[in-house]
Amino acid sequence: MIQKELCRIIGQREIAADIYELTIKANLVKEISEPGQFVHIRVAKHDPLLRRPISISSYDKEARQLKMIYRKEGKGTTLLAEMVEGMEVDILGPLGNGFPIEEVSAGETALLVGGGIGVPPLYELSKQLKAKGVKVIHVLGFQTKSAVFYEQEFLQNGETFVTTVDGSYGFKGFVTDIMKDLQFDILYTCGPTPMLRAIEQKYSNKKLFLSLEERMGCGVGACFACVCKRPNDLSGVSYKKVCSDGPVFRAGEVFI
Amino acid sequence: MSKLNIELPGLKLKNPIMPASGCFGFGREYSQFYDLSLLGAIMIKATTVEPRFGNPTPRVAETAAGMLNAIGLQNPGLEKVVGEELPWLSQYDVPIIANVAGSVEEDYVAVAREISKVPNVHALELNISCPNVKHGGITFGTIPEVAKQLTWKVKEVSDVPVYVKLSPNVTNIVEMAKAVEDGGADGLTMINTLVGMRLDMKTGKPILANRTGGLSGPAVKPVAIRMIYEVSQAVSIPIIGMGGISSAEDVIEFFYAGASAVAVGTANFVDPFVCPDIIEKLPALLDRLGFEHISECQGRSWKEHGQRTYHRA
Repeated sequence: MIQKELCRIIGQREIAADIYELTIKANLVKEISEPGQFVHIRVAKHDPLLRRPISISSYDKEARQLKMIYRKEGKGTTLLAEMVEGMEVDILGPLGNGFPIEEVSAGETALLVGGGIGVPPLYELSKQLKAKGVKVIHVLGFQTKSAVFYEQEFLQNGETFVTTVDGSYGFKGFVTDIMKDLQFDILYTCGPTPMLRAIEQKYSNKKLFLSLEERMGCGVGACFACVCKRPNDLSGVSYKKVCSDGPVFRAGEVFI
Repeated sequence: MSKLNIELPGLKLKNPIMPASGCFGFGREYSQFYDLSLLGAIMIKATTVEPRFGNPTPRVAETAAGMLNAIGLQNPGLEKVVGEELPWLSQYDVPIIANVAGSVEEDYVAVAREISKVPNVHALELNISCPNVKHGGITFGTIPEVAKQLTWKVKEVSDVPVYVKLSPNVTNIVEMAKAVEDGGADGLTMINTLVGMRLDMKTGKPILANRTGGLSGPAVKPVAIRMIYEVSQAVSIPIIGMGGISSAEDVIEFFYAGASAVAVGTANFVDPFVCPDIIEKLPALLDRLGFEHISECQGRSWKEHGQRTYHRA
């Protein structure tokens, strides 16, 4: 069930250039069903008016803790980045459907591919897959060295390749350059739309799950702001909502 | 004794609070948060004859204290709304106001004829003011004679009272209101969104794929208040007011301006519990202001002291 809760901030730190990790204490953690779900955060009364959708990067049900990683970019995330430990933040969640971990079995290999601020939700996924006995390989793409985060955390769960577009850290190039040499049974990915599109084109023969991003209004499926078309739809009117049907979709389910 | 019950053409409302069309889907999403029977009424998402996908994304952009939207009347079409959505809503003790949209006059007439026969539809809201569709919508809402004619045609076929949703994107909204009153409208709903635009800092191009969108949220409230203040003095049919309402105080202000009930739109996106919260807070606010019943607030901005109020149940 989706909850609305005033949650206490128990930690906030900048982990890369303009990338923040926010930790909160929240009862709604018990409602999380899978990695890749998100929360909707209200950062101001009227300006900005709408909530910000932010993915859950990890959670601990026993400790009732939830971590989110976001990029300080617009007005809303700038206000959020100014909040400190002890303050309360209005959260709606958990929202959406995440990555299905039941699609892979112990002993199989999962490839997790993240781009930029699409990397965070893969962290909880990685933890849960490892705990299940799945071999996990990560390919994490960033723009430049100062934007890289969580490399050590991912390394604890499995082999991790980091790429930067400008070559200032790790491998120079895109995540797809690394992916072509890797063997795996299932592929989970989250990142910018051009990256998702490229991955879907190249790996449509694989078991593939993609997490999409879209501008949202309500976050619960009522406003129809974040709809996407379905492929091979002759009627032209069939759709999926990123917020409530997604944000994670099976390859081919929606038109990216 | 209730302080909030209101009677309007076709509508016996437990309270004058209802979610606005387009901001509540067909109720399913919000039914996971609270019992929809708490609401005074529900204005369902605009319905057209055929299913519509609507506009490409991005469909929303934020502005100071508001948002622009250009959804484009996405809806599953008349057959599905009548066959699935309205029957589903009938499990709740709440009257439905069906928002009727179309591209040409015949579309409006066809939707109105069918949807007004559904038992839980107690009134229609004629959408002549959607700024986000290429044909129909707002073109009917900016020319008084056209609006009057359309109202008349829909009145002829509707089994329930017809409210007309007015656009603020006109030079003279009083003229529009009088025209639809002449056309036989039983009530007005106002205001729809204001046409606006936002540009992307990096590209310099519009953020919305539709380029323009409708502005809603707290930013538009003073415009709505002014327009309801003007229109409520010029017509004798009741007004359901809307435009940036997010608190019990906002509701009272709309009543003062001349509204007889209100709809809450964008605020539902920010706080899914906003409608029941407002309903809960209104009685205490009325007490504090010295009113026994919310109808006593209606038109206070322009009525002579002691003048009797209308629409009290």
